[in-house]
Amino acid sequence: MPAIQSPATEEIHPDVALVARAKKGDTAAFEQLVRQYERQIFRVAQHITQNREDAEDITQDAFLKAYEKLDQFQGNSKFSTWLVRIAVNESLMRLRKRKTSKIVSMDQDVQTEDGSIPRDFAEWRPNPEQLYGQHELGDILRKTIQGLPPGFRTVFTLRDVENFSTEETAEALGLSVPAVKSRLLRARLQLRERLSRYFRQKSGGPIP
Amino acid sequence: MTCTDFLKQLTDYFDGQVEPELLAEVQTHVRECHHCEVVLDTTRQTISIYREHEIYEFPAELRERLHAAIMKKCTGAR
Repeated sequence: MPAIQSPATEEIHPDVALVARAKKGDTAAFEQLVRQYERQIFRVAQHITQNREDAEDITQDAFLKAYEKLDQFQGNSKFSTWLVRIAVNESLMRLRKRKTSKIVSMDQDVQTEDGSIPRDFAEWRPNPEQLYGQHELGDILRKTIQGLPPGFRTVFTLRDVENFSTEETAEALGLSVPAVKSRLLRARLQLRERLSRYFRQKSGGPIP
Repeated sequence: MTCTDFLKQLTDYFDGQVEPELLAEVQTHVRECHHCEVVLDTTRQTISIYREHEIYEFPAELRERLHAAIMKKCTGAR
């Protein structure tokens, strides 16, 4: 018998049943959702805020909000996308509180093209495990992403760290698809430029 | 195709969403422009480095503490 699954049956995400049970007050079902997503929510919050204590608070607040507003979740999007959206909003709010003078929002149009136009054309092909200890590589990657404006960092985190699609990222951030693509391009190019400085030096590439 | 045109297609290129006619132009440009070839290659590496490395730790102790705090907040809420 050929092991081919029928394409006609539409797959229902397992979260749908858990959310339905949680809505009826089943705490165990909600706890399972927490177990599934606590790491992701913590990671997203830490990437955006760059602060572990803030990320811990945000993770708690995001789940509490989700729990309280569970009835409002219509199931038009995935539960995880809805949850991430709550966490992103909480994270941006936290950044706003921290930097009272600077407005931090996803609508903020970063006018500067700084770092978004490639300037460094040196080839690099690091084999990070060979070139750096895990600790040093982690430091480089953290420092590099820290330097991105929060809006770009947020888009990059969802799209390239969490592997969201462009459409899911747009939905989670309340942005249009073109806006996500434009921020993503600039985020990737800025990171590339910054990483180039580290890896080119180590691999002995040409110095301008 | 100019380098600026190429950059505009970069995101769609990584997603395999460039229209077929345009794709040929992108590929020709990359073959002929060394700078864009490097940008393409190193941007691809940038993405994969971040995809493959968990840069923030999430030790079991933190997870348990956080999990307990979440459940305490939520079950006390209703």
